[in-house]
Amino acid sequence: MLRYIYSDQMALYPKLRDTMFRDRADQFKTRLGWDVTVNEKGEESDQYDQLNPLYVIWQRPDGSHGGSMRFLPTVGRCMVNEHFLDITQGVRIESPLIWECTRFCLSRGSDPAVAAALMLAGGEILDRFGLRHFVGVFDARMVRIYRRIGASPTVLGTSGEGRDAISVGLWEFNPEAKARVARQAGLSPELSAMWFDQAFGDPKPDSFALTA
Amino acid sequence: MKPRVEQILEDLEQATGLEHLQIAVEALRDHYRVDHVVYHWVSSSGEQYGCGTYSPEWAQRYQEQEYLRTDPVILGCFQRFHPVDWKMLDWTSRAARTFQTDALKYGVGNQGFSVPIRGPNGQFALFTVNHNCDDATWERFTEMHRRSIILVAHFCNQKALEFEPGRKPEPAQPLSPREVDAITLIAMGHSRAQVADALSISEHTLRVYIESARFKLGAANTTHAVARAISRGLIVV
Repeated sequence: MLRYIYSDQMALYPKLRDTMFRDRADQFKTRLGWDVTVNEKGEESDQYDQLNPLYVIWQRPDGSHGGSMRFLPTVGRCMVNEHFLDITQGVRIESPLIWECTRFCLSRGSDPAVAAALMLAGGEILDRFGLRHFVGVFDARMVRIYRRIGASPTVLGTSGEGRDAISVGLWEFNPEAKARVARQAGLSPELSAMWFDQAFGDPKPDSFALTA
Repeated sequence: MKPRVEQILEDLEQATGLEHLQIAVEALRDHYRVDHVVYHWVSSSGEQYGCGTYSPEWAQRYQEQEYLRTDPVILGCFQRFHPVDWKMLDWTSRAARTFQTDALKYGVGNQGFSVPIRGPNGQFALFTVNHNCDDATWERFTEMHRRSIILVAHFCNQKALEFEPGRKPEPAQPLSPREVDAITLIAMGHSRAQVADALSISEHTLRVYIESARFKLGAANTTHAVARAISRGLIVV
């Protein structure tokens, strides 16, 4: 299932948390060889994990991590504006209607449906919170996966080469694109909406108005 | 007459004290045609202040009852950065229900939309639009105005931060040359497609640059952003 969890709520999901940070180490350090910090427990995290980001996580039936990404508002400290200004042509992308999405991670052996599910969650966030765009940082091999699931970003640019290559891209979703990733993910829009409501509160009709 | 949001933001830009923020908040209430607009600030040390259109009696009651500890809007928004419709919050606890009954008695509307803002150094602010109406009316309202409310919330907070005692002014984030180019070409009357083409970027990239420039300029929309860039001498047309 799709989970939307702020960092300060992660203690409630120890298995999910531990497997996510371990899978991140596996992807970014072991497989991609990026210059990231892995602690003695084999978990990768960075300074932006300290800023209480919102994680969107695909949770497997056994409670472990299948894939995830990390959101932060671009009006605060964020990776794009602190590390990738060369790719954004010097533009500090800054608006409460644009969030950044980083550390897009798929656990080893996850199928593309997981990537599609995460993209669907991105679409939910845009829709439900009134956002316009995401600006994302991703490893270059993801470009192919994003294309396959029908959620290609507009790539602003790429730094480095081969497996070191890191790209910055933009996403926006129209209803058709959202429907497409839902199909790719094998998830119904209703189920996706339900998971979102579970995380952020189910709108309760007249719950407040009843006493008026 | 319903004040235009551009004018409210122009006045807000000139604000030099909290009393001006109060005027802006009242104008925003009239602009959105709602019962209340409230800006509420909590510093990292727990100090709070705010301005808004709730009755002074409710503001006093809120302080006396220390509702900051039980208010579901505060509890649901603290440490968050997504906007919240009050219906999404948890009103089930006894403390929350007591608070709710009391709030309604003091003239707080049954519907609310709050924008949490995480400022520098643990500063937290909440910008709320509150109204009395049925769910369908409220849904139409928030659907139509939520982006505007989110932007205005941040503009109010940026202004409020300027008034914080002992605060060093943030270095102004000037527009990057690329944003200046984009706004200049827009100001010259070119279409977005033409501008994107001239800058050798996609229209999507252009939309993001303009969205970003709009926010930095404290503007309500693209036209307003152009006007502001001209009046500040950032672009020459």
